[in-house]
Amino acid sequence: MSALGYAAIAAQAGAVVVGAPLLTGWMRQVRARLEGRAGAGTAQPWRDLRKLLRKEPITAAGTGPAFRVAPALLVASTLVVAALIPLVSTATPISGHADAILVVGLLALGTVTLALAGLDTGTAFGGMGSSREMTISALVEPTILLAVFALSIPAGSTNLAAIISGAAEDPARLASPAGLLATAALAVAVLAETGRIPVDNPSTHLELTMVHEAMVLEYAGPDLALVELGAQMRLTVLLGLQASLFVPWGIATAGDSWGSLLLALAVLAVKVAALGALLAAAEVFWAKLRLFRVPELLAGSFLLALLAVTASYFLGTGGGIL
Amino acid sequence: MTEALYTQLLDLACGAFLLAAVVVLWLRELTVVVRVLAVQGVALAAIPLLIGWYEDEAALLGISAGLALLRGGLLPYLLNRALTGPRDSEHRETRPLVNVAASLLTAALLTLLAYAVTRPLVALEATPATRALPVGFAVVLIGFFVLVTRRRAPSQVVGFLLLDNGITAIAFLAASGVPVIVELGVSFDVLLAVLVLHILTTRMRAAFGGTDLDELRELHD
Repeated sequence: MSALGYAAIAAQAGAVVVGAPLLTGWMRQVRARLEGRAGAGTAQPWRDLRKLLRKEPITAAGTGPAFRVAPALLVASTLVVAALIPLVSTATPISGHADAILVVGLLALGTVTLALAGLDTGTAFGGMGSSREMTISALVEPTILLAVFALSIPAGSTNLAAIISGAAEDPARLASPAGLLATAALAVAVLAETGRIPVDNPSTHLELTMVHEAMVLEYAGPDLALVELGAQMRLTVLLGLQASLFVPWGIATAGDSWGSLLLALAVLAVKVAALGALLAAAEVFWAKLRLFRVPELLAGSFLLALLAVTASYFLGTGGGIL
Repeated sequence: MTEALYTQLLDLACGAFLLAAVVVLWLRELTVVVRVLAVQGVALAAIPLLIGWYEDEAALLGISAGLALLRGGLLPYLLNRALTGPRDSEHRETRPLVNVAASLLTAALLTLLAYAVTRPLVALEATPATRALPVGFAVVLIGFFVLVTRRRAPSQVVGFLLLDNGITAIAFLAASGVPVIVELGVSFDVLLAVLVLHILTTRMRAAFGGTDLDELRELHD
């Protein structure tokens, strides 16, 4: 069990690191095909990263430690999340620590580091991007917490492994109003957290609208590679978390063999690729929201999450804390 | 139908019912709001259908069919006809008195309030239907909120319909519905009210060129 558990952790972390650029490339490819372009190929983000990593490390004049530490800290915190959450197996040696609040905290740590780095450069764009990112993330974090909390009421625990294995045994939980509302709320929160289209456009550097790109404008070379890898890993981790929470089938549990671990890895890849394709296809048809309309969207998703909590608390009958 | 399945489906119908009310608050485009209202009418009709199926009451099935026709078909159709004005700005709730983000948060508070005030009612008899009772109260409160904060006459009609949908849902969830004759009377009343408001909207547009109720504050010759 123990060797299998450690192998599962390594598989999760490795799959996220290797798969994150591929997922981004896959989403760009889907988008390109839907728009009638040929596309650069699924491996293009990896080629970009290789090119950036070979360049000379260079930092902007007048920047301090916050600017230098941020890329490494972003990747490291996301890697911890990737190892922690039950993407491939619910029975890893550290799955007892996979608390929802801890995971949201680790994700917020990455966001805050990047925002501080944006402020550290002292440029107008950096500060503007940081301020926008903080506004959005202040509205997103409570939504993610509430949505996971709504799912944790039937499981009776905020441990993600317990929530996911409970949902895999009792699929009716997911079809309840609480489950559906929490799915919708978490989907909006993931879009906002990863800077996808209704909130932020990841493929442009337009001064008036950019959020994430404004913060990382001063990065170059290997640092930029790490920042891009970190952002791609966050997207992968959050899509993986969403897939695990709402389509929990195929994840290895305690007492499973090596074969089911491999199967779980393949199922995870399929689920995340399908979610990514869905997101990319949706982005073709959506327009970016005005920045001042973003709080409306996030307030709406917060309300959905709150309704999910009240529904699972008051309508819930089976087990839990009632 | 087993009890577990009944509870699940009833919860789903009530969830859709409440969600439609929230979406009405969220959207600005009035034609889309009317479509959401039709969906809410269908969800409302599903409630007596499920209760009637579970408790073997044929009358409730008939009432459900009537409700689906009236709330899911006729009333949205009438509202849509009231919206066929020439000007584009007439179709949007451009300046509600409370902005959308704040009204969504208010809806969250109203829902919690509804849960708080119905706790003693639910405690009386905790069947699946009474446990969903707060949903009806929440929709009534949200309907009131829409009535108070929207400026356009059509969105006020939407608020009124939300309010009435909520009251009907409470009647079904708390007491398996009121007698058929009362139900008929209420439905007829609602239909008349919407017709009158429809005429009022048309007259307002003919007289003032718009349906902004804020322009009706002063008396003129």
